[in-house]
Parts: sequence; structure tokens; C-alpha cells
Amino acid sequence: MQFAFTEDQRAVVEAVRELLADSCTPADLRRQLAAGEAVDAGRWTAIRDMGLIGLCAPESAGGLGLGMVELAAVAEIAGYVGLPEPLVELAGVAVPLLAGLADDRGWLARVLDGAVVALGHPADPFVAGADAADALLLDHGGELHLVERPAVSLVRQQSFDPFRRLFRVDWTPTAATRVGTGWGQAADRGALLGAAQLVGIAQRAIDMAVAHAGDRQQFGKPIGSYQAVKHLAADAQVKVEFARPVVHAAAAELPLGTLAARARVAHAAIAAGEAAHRATRNAVQIHGAMGMTWEVDLHFWVKRALALRHAWGTAADHFATIAERIDTLPTGADLTFASAMAVPG
Amino acid sequence: MILEYTPEQRAFRSEVRAWMEANVPGAPLPSFDLTREGFEAHRAWERKLNEGRWGMVTWPEELGGRGLDLIRWLIFEEEYYRAGAPTRVNQNGIFLLGPTMMEFGTPEQKARFLPRMAAGDDIWAQAWSEPGAGSDLAGVRSTCTRDGDDYVLNGQKIWSSRAVFADWAFGLFREPGSERHRGMSLILFPLDAPGVTRRPIRRMDGEMVFAEIFLDNVRVPVADRLGGEGEGWKVCMATAGFERGLLLRSPARYQEAVRRLVALYRRHRDRLPASIGERVARAWMDADAYALTIYQMCSRLEAGGQIGPESSTNKIFWSELDLALHEVALDILGPRAELHGFAPDAGDVGDWLDGWIFALAGPIYAGSNEIQRNIIAERMLGLPKG
Repeated sequence: MQFAFTEDQRAVVEAVRELLADSCTPADLRRQLAAGEAVDAGRWTAIRDMGLIGLCAPESAGGLGLGMVELAAVAEIAGYVGLPEPLVELAGVAVPLLAGLADDRGWLARVLDGAVVALGHPADPFVAGADAADALLLDHGGELHLVERPAVSLVRQQSFDPFRRLFRVDWTPTAATRVGTGWGQAADRGALLGAAQLVGIAQRAIDMAVAHAGDRQQFGKPIGSYQAVKHLAADAQVKVEFARPVVHAAAAELPLGTLAARARVAHAAIAAGEAAHRATRNAVQIHGAMGMTWEVDLHFWVKRALALRHAWGTAADHFATIAERIDTLPTGADLTFASAMAVPG
Repeated sequence: MILEYTPEQRAFRSEVRAWMEANVPGAPLPSFDLTREGFEAHRAWERKLNEGRWGMVTWPEELGGRGLDLIRWLIFEEEYYRAGAPTRVNQNGIFLLGPTMMEFGTPEQKARFLPRMAAGDDIWAQAWSEPGAGSDLAGVRSTCTRDGDDYVLNGQKIWSSRAVFADWAFGLFREPGSERHRGMSLILFPLDAPGVTRRPIRRMDGEMVFAEIFLDNVRVPVADRLGGEGEGWKVCMATAGFERGLLLRSPARYQEAVRRLVALYRRHRDRLPASIGERVARAWMDADAYALTIYQMCSRLEAGGQIGPESSTNKIFWSELDLALHEVALDILGPRAELHGFAPDAGDVGDWLDGWIFALAGPIYAGSNEIQRNIIAERMLGLPKG
């Protein structure tokens, strides 16, 4: 039992944090927004050069051969910086899906070489970033189809988060596009990595609110010296502190694939979603009227929080998974970990 | 990151489980907050635990423990609660004063007090709060006046849990004339010393869960001061960290309460709305989230880390979780929620009402949750002091 990152894991996470903290500042986001670009070419190249797209891909395929624990930590940083590029979905969901196919038609190698594959999972009626993708993994009756970009037509759905361009995808499934019989753990991976991003988003919203509250003066004092304001920030921080370990455990347990592991992912999605909701909501409140504006950067995280909370299953879906776990598996103090459930006797 | 128990940890769990199955009393012991008899029955249980060397498993062997790490302490606690073993009457001693003494005590103090504490020979009460010093603990007015090799203690303490029947107390006193955080010392004193008067305070249900302590020229040797003279605040804050953050409320307590809640829900679910099911699920999630957070914290402490301001986030979380889970149970019981478990038609009411009354105090003791929110805002997040 060692519920902590290893030295190697820490080193990977710190390197990613440094790269993204330097290259994805609010000023960078605004520059990208003004130019109407969902992808920053320089940053995306740096992310690819670091090998992050293949973080979870097997070493034999040219990946780094790391796991969901590292990827979840990277996703938290992506949430914290408000990363516009589809690193998390590509590295965490598309790459493992492609790596699991009997015949990926060469797309895993292409993705590791710079191609982008967008995801049309049944949990979400829309496909994010479909216009910038080279191919799409799409669902037809629970089966997995791989379709190249020219073979689909896209209908843009105007939405809140400018860096998450959503599309309805019109396409025709054929025997030739069918590449797999199912999505495997894709929904769990998506929900877990969404949860990890939501933890980062929540922490960023709190940090921005704290900076504002320490600066903004009313009645001759910083508003952050008043208890009513302090408690808004503290309540959000408590939510974050009790979501993050659930996300870490879900990442470590996800490969087990058992009901206990899936319930942990559902728990992570609910807890992180509520933390991000509470944190962004309280951050808007602490910013006062400024929190409603385009001028203050907070809206980038308000938008991403709303988008990610339901992208990989609704709260009702996640509660249903937890109810199934409580109904069909024993509970108790000796059964905290999914691994304990698998041990006979 | 390894979220699996080692074979040695699993063997340890089996050992605890076997001992508990053989030794935990079949019927609940009478309350330790109502009669001397109930209190002594709990002391006898502490002695039995100590005979099995289970008094405080993390302490060194020479002080009555087993020298085990925090992960094994968690496993011990899981099995303790799973077995339905009696509440630890000496929790102020073993969970609060014990770790503080381990950090600040002299070798003589450790040898003198800790083995007796582990054995239940000395049951401890905490004497910090005063009528004028609750959340604002630095407002303590009780004094310790140095007189040669003795201190003379004077003043009044209040809300001292277990003090009605306990043997010893650890209290916060100040040098006459000192103010606020300076000049305070943590001093150990016997509750039967000349000049000590105890007055029980009845809780809303009639139990005498706490007492007032009046000190009138109580003489104690200087050697019974814990930590340096005038360093009482620092010592107290270390104790508070253990209290809020880790030892006082191990996650197993809530996970086992949730296990009983799930069983209660199953018996009544046919007539309950879906919203109750969601609240049960939420209680299960919160208890597990607390357990995971504590496992992560213990892994960090074992690697040499220190308890920081997260003891305040923990305290808010366990106290609110405890209330929420008992409130779902009462809502499931409906019109029977107000019955005592021994009422003739109580059915499966059990001790949910008692648990709820106890949980009501959680957001108040060990530093109110409002104070914890201030600590989080100021020390974790860096917001300015008010």
C-alpha cells in the first residue's frame, strides 16, 4: 500500500507542469481566442515533442508505456492551465482505443506522428474538435467505426467554450469503416480524465478568486479579510481536497475493470464535477460584477467546467453506477480499495 | 502508486480480526458518560486490549505499543470498527495527548505516562476551553504561578470530555500577566488533586459527556509540564493537528456507519423516494473519499511529511459527513426516528438517534468549523487576516 506518486511519476508531472505553465497563460489563451485558433502550433509541437500523445501507448508502438496515474496528473495540469488542445482526449482515450484494435489501419502510428483523431462517443451527441481532426472514431449501435475526415460532413453547434468547437457529424457506417465491436473502457477513461481536469479547473478558479480577494479593497480592507468571503473560498477548497484523492485512486484502479473500479471512476466524476461547480460558482461570486465579464480571465474556466461535467456521462449515469456497486457488492471499512474486493475470501 | 495490501498487511488484518472476534464483548457496554460503572467497564476493555498489545499499535514496544506504521494503524482501526468494539474511553489520552507527548515529552514523562495510558490505568481528559476562551483559545485566563519546583494552578475549565470520571487532565495555563499566545504552558494534573472540583454538565439527552473543572490553588510539580515553559500554544497546536486531522476520527468509523446505513436503507427502500437512495450513495462516497484522503495522507506522513493545514479540511469533512449520514438514517426511520433503541416498539431503530446527537457536536468541538474555514483561507490559501 503506497498511495503516493513515485519519484519517476513526480518528474514526469513536473516537466509537464513547467511546459504548460509557461506556454499556456491567460494572455496566450486571449491571443489564441482573438486569432480564432483552437490549436496553438508552437505549444502543440512542444507537447508532441515531449511524447505526451503517446504517454499511455505501448513502448513497442513508440509510446512511453506509462499509465492512467501519470495521465490523470497531466490532465489535472491541463485543466489548471485551461489547455485548448485535445491532448487529454487524444492521449487518454483515442490512443488506448487505437492500441486495442486488431487492425487500426495504421492510425495509431499516424497519431503518434502528429495526426489527430476526434471522438464521437455515445455519451455525447457532439464531437469536439471534429473540424481539426484527420479522422474520427464514431459510434454505430455500440460498435466502433473509424472514418476519415473527408468522409463526414459537419454541422457546427455554437457553444460556450470557444476552445471546444462542437459538431454534429453526419456520416454513413459501412463494413469498411467498422474497426471494433465496442468502446471498451473508453467511457471510464474519458470520465476519469474529465474528473482530473475538473480538479485542476476547480483549483485554478479558487486561486484566481484568492488573488482577487487579496487585492480588491472595500470598506478600507481587502475583501478577502472578511469571513464571508474566506468561507466561500474555503468551502470550495474542501471540495477539491476530497475529490483529488478519489481521482488518483480511480486512475490507479481503472485497469482492474471491475464494478468496484468503475464505481470509483463514477465517484471521481461526481466529486470533481461538484468541486469544479462549487469553485467556479464561488469564484464568480468573489469577483463580484467583474466575475461576469469577458475582461476577467475566470470565464475560460467557468466554460470548461460546464463542458466537462457532462461530456462523459451525466451525474445520473454516475449515480446509477454507484447504486449498482452498493447494491451488489459488500461495503465496509475493510473494503476501501477495489483490489481488496478481488482478493478471494 | 500501489493500492493493494501486501501479504504482511493482509496477515496483520487477519490477526486483528481473529483477536477482535474472540474478545469484543457480545453486548454493548453501558455508557461511560452516565455512571462510574459504565466508565469502569470501558476501562476494563482498555485493559483487555492492552493485554493483547492493541492499546496503541503505533507506539514503540517499550511504551506499550507494537511500533507499527500508520497504514497498519488504519488496518487496525478498520477491524476495530468492523468488529463493533467499544468506543475508546481514553481517546483524549491515546489519540491527542499521547502523540503530543511522543513529540514534546521528556524520556521520563514518556516512561511514566504512556504505558499507563495504553493500559487504561490513567484515563485522560482535555482541559483547554474556558467560559471566555472557546474558539478564541488564546483568551485562556487560568494561571500557573511558579513556586519553586511547583506550579500553583487557578482558574476554571469547561467542556472537558470524560472529565466527570477521568483520572488525569492536560490543561492550558498562563503565567500571571502574560497575554494571548505568549506565556502559556501545557500542564498535566490529577483530577483528584486537592483544590480540584469537577461539576458534570448534562448534554441535551442527559448524558454527562463533559464537565467544568474548577482549580483552586492546585499544586503540581514543574516536571509535569509538557514542552517548554511558555511554549504551551505551540504544543497545543500540534495536539490540535492530530485531533482534527487524523487520529481522533479514523475513516473506519464512518465506513462502518455507512455499512449499517446501507442495510437500513435496504430494509425500507420499497417505501422510500429516490432522493433517499442518492443520499445513501453520497454518504458511501464521502466515507470512502475520507478514507482515501487519509490513506494518501498517511502514505505522505510515512515518507517523512508533516500534518499541515489539511487537518482543517479533514475536520470539516468528517464532521459534516457524520451529520449527513445520520440525518439520512433518521429520515429513513421517519416517525420512529425519535425513539430510543430500547423503546418497546423501536424495531430496528438502533442507536441512530444517539449517533446523530453525538454528530451534532462535530462541527463545534476541536475548533468550530467556522474557525477551520478561517484557517484554510488564511494558512492554506493565503488570504489576509481579518
